[in-house]
Amino acid sequence: MTSQQSRDQLLGAYRQMKMIREFEERLHKEIMTGEIAGFTHLYSGQEAVAVGVCAHLEADDLIVSTHRGHGHCIAKGCDVKGMMAEIYGRSTGLGKGKGGSMHIADFQKGMLGANGIVGAGGPLAVGAALSAKLDGKGCVAVSFGGDGSVNQGAVFEAMNMAVVLKLPAIFVIENNGYSEHTGADYAVGSKDIAGRSAAFGMKSIKADGSDYFAVYDAMGELLDHARAGKGPCVAEFETTRFFGHFEGDPQKYRAKDEVKRHREEMDSLKIFRAHVLNDRLLDETALDAIDADVLSLIEEAVSEARAAPPPQLSEITTDVYVSYP
Amino acid sequence: MAIKSYRDALNEAMHREMERDARVFVCGEDVSGGAGGTSGEREASGGIFGVTAGLLPRFGEGRVIDTPISENAIVGLAVGASLAGKRGIAEIMFADFLGLALDQTMNQAAKFRYMSGGKATCPVVIRAPYGAGMNMAAQHSQTMYQIITSVPGLKVAMPSNPADAKGLLATAIRDDDPVVFFEHKALYGRKGEVPDGDYLVPFGKAAILNAGDDATIISMGRMVVFAEKALEGLKASGVNCDLIDIRTSSPLDEDAILDSVEKTGRVVIVDECPPRCSVAADIGAFIASKGFSSLRAPLELVTAPHAPTPFAKELERAYVPSPAQIDAAVRRVVSYR
Ligand SMILES: Cc1ncc(C[n+]2csc(CCOP(=O)(O)OP(=O)(O)O)c2C)c(N)n1
Ligand SMILES: [Mg+2]
Repeated sequence: MTSQQSRDQLLGAYRQMKMIREFEERLHKEIMTGEIAGFTHLYSGQEAVAVGVCAHLEADDLIVSTHRGHGHCIAKGCDVKGMMAEIYGRSTGLGKGKGGSMHIADFQKGMLGANGIVGAGGPLAVGAALSAKLDGKGCVAVSFGGDGSVNQGAVFEAMNMAVVLKLPAIFVIENNGYSEHTGADYAVGSKDIAGRSAAFGMKSIKADGSDYFAVYDAMGELLDHARAGKGPCVAEFETTRFFGHFEGDPQKYRAKDEVKRHREEMDSLKIFRAHVLNDRLLDETALDAIDADVLSLIEEAVSEARAAPPPQLSEITTDVYVSYP
Repeated sequence: MAIKSYRDALNEAMHREMERDARVFVCGEDVSGGAGGTSGEREASGGIFGVTAGLLPRFGEGRVIDTPISENAIVGLAVGASLAGKRGIAEIMFADFLGLALDQTMNQAAKFRYMSGGKATCPVVIRAPYGAGMNMAAQHSQTMYQIITSVPGLKVAMPSNPADAKGLLATAIRDDDPVVFFEHKALYGRKGEVPDGDYLVPFGKAAILNAGDDATIISMGRMVVFAEKALEGLKASGVNCDLIDIRTSSPLDEDAILDSVEKTGRVVIVDECPPRCSVAADIGAFIASKGFSSLRAPLELVTAPHAPTPFAKELERAYVPSPAQIDAAVRRVVSYR
């Protein structure tokens, strides 16, 4: 399966995963300085999902994201500097500093936005999929959601409606084991997200979300199905988050060594490296060069964001409408 | 009297009412936290703002219920149980998420009494942390109480200080009608004197926090704190005002408002919501119709602008009504001839 991906594709995937990781690890540090305001939910640990999914998507395919959206944004091609500036609340941010971490969007890139409302992405993706179907160009809409989001009525409704209307929607569920401070094994009654979703009448797959190749292969299969007009599908990816729910979370609900263990055993970057080096798909020098390049880009993104001006106060009441007499 | 935070005062009210009445229970996301976690710690959270801390260890899983992320079903859980004889307290993590639970709130809880011709009682409390000021952007900062206040059948409280937090929440829990209880997120750490023991603050009874003849400031929730700040400066320059904290927007203490308006004839209403259909607009319309003959200056409404809450801290600071805006509005009404 992995041979289907060219060297460039693999380098690109690694670069995006590394970019996400370093973006988040850097934010984790910057947040401690108190310079970044508000709520920030970091995506570290889940990189392989965003990148493995988006690796298949074209510019015209649409994604809808979550409160933990930085990884999805990067994987769908949002400008990393524009994202950083947005998180710093600067006028140069992708949302002019009006939205912040939880609301990064880039409609030109087919990224319909991170979202502060858990579960809101399901219905939005169904609508985006309807638009894609009406256009008839074989495009799809993907909603990302967590193990917590699938307990929203809106997501149930969206899944059923997507089946009824036979829409090219793909529900990607990132099961990182927790919704805030509550375990998925408690909150998902059947403990089986993929199975429950399949009961709506959708094709569904469950795969290892720490392994880029597993995600890539699973998504490939689902996309063939959706692009062929055979209706919506669900992918449940098992993954983990390396940080707390939000920055500042003491994580009392997690076993003491859990994060340390997951960082050793479920690190998508380590797993990717081992895989490509073992199969001689890429060489270490190329990967190391990417690492260095990513780090310097993140450094630039942070210093440019810091130096950028805040939005003008007149911006408070602009962009509320397209027009308003 | 003890010095307590707003958070602890709310927590105490729930502890006391659950102790007093076995029908009272609490449900919501992470109200205890830790269910299904790997640490084995069962109260890993105590509510995302810590307001429900200690309830699980004291009252157990039967009455302190961690729920999935399902707001409409969370409110429904409390509403249905309350129709059937219990007294549910549903916590909605952020008031903004009432958007997902509006059916159970406004179509169900609010209307049973009426539609049953007075047969049903639905003594539910929906607790909703609200408000801007913490850089949480457009979907985690709204006031929401203006929407809920407009619904007949719902009572609406929004305490501005720890004593009222305790007294109003206790009243809400004992009240036989559905109450939506708005707690300002930025007030949780606010400390103040809280009466010991059983303490109830009646609904529909405003607090007069300062007495003065020059103007009337009417406010609620966190804006009361800002009005108090503005008053310090105003007093220093010889302007003294009535400061009315409505405490509940439904029922509204119309008498307290009219009495003060009759005395001063000059009114500033301070409300954190955007202006259209705000509580400020509602009270303003009431004064314009029932207190018109007393008015000696146009009403001044200090509200947020007609825009969602911005993220950037510079913008958010300017978005939320400020003590400086209140000060300026009071000076305008006072100097109006
Ligand atoms: C409608 C709604 N309810 C509650 C919340 C508060 N909240 C934010 S994230 C979250 C947990 C989400 O869990 P999950 O879907 O598993 O995503 P994860 O955080 O694990 O990425 C909750 C309860 C919210 N933002 N929106
Ligand atoms: Mg999760």
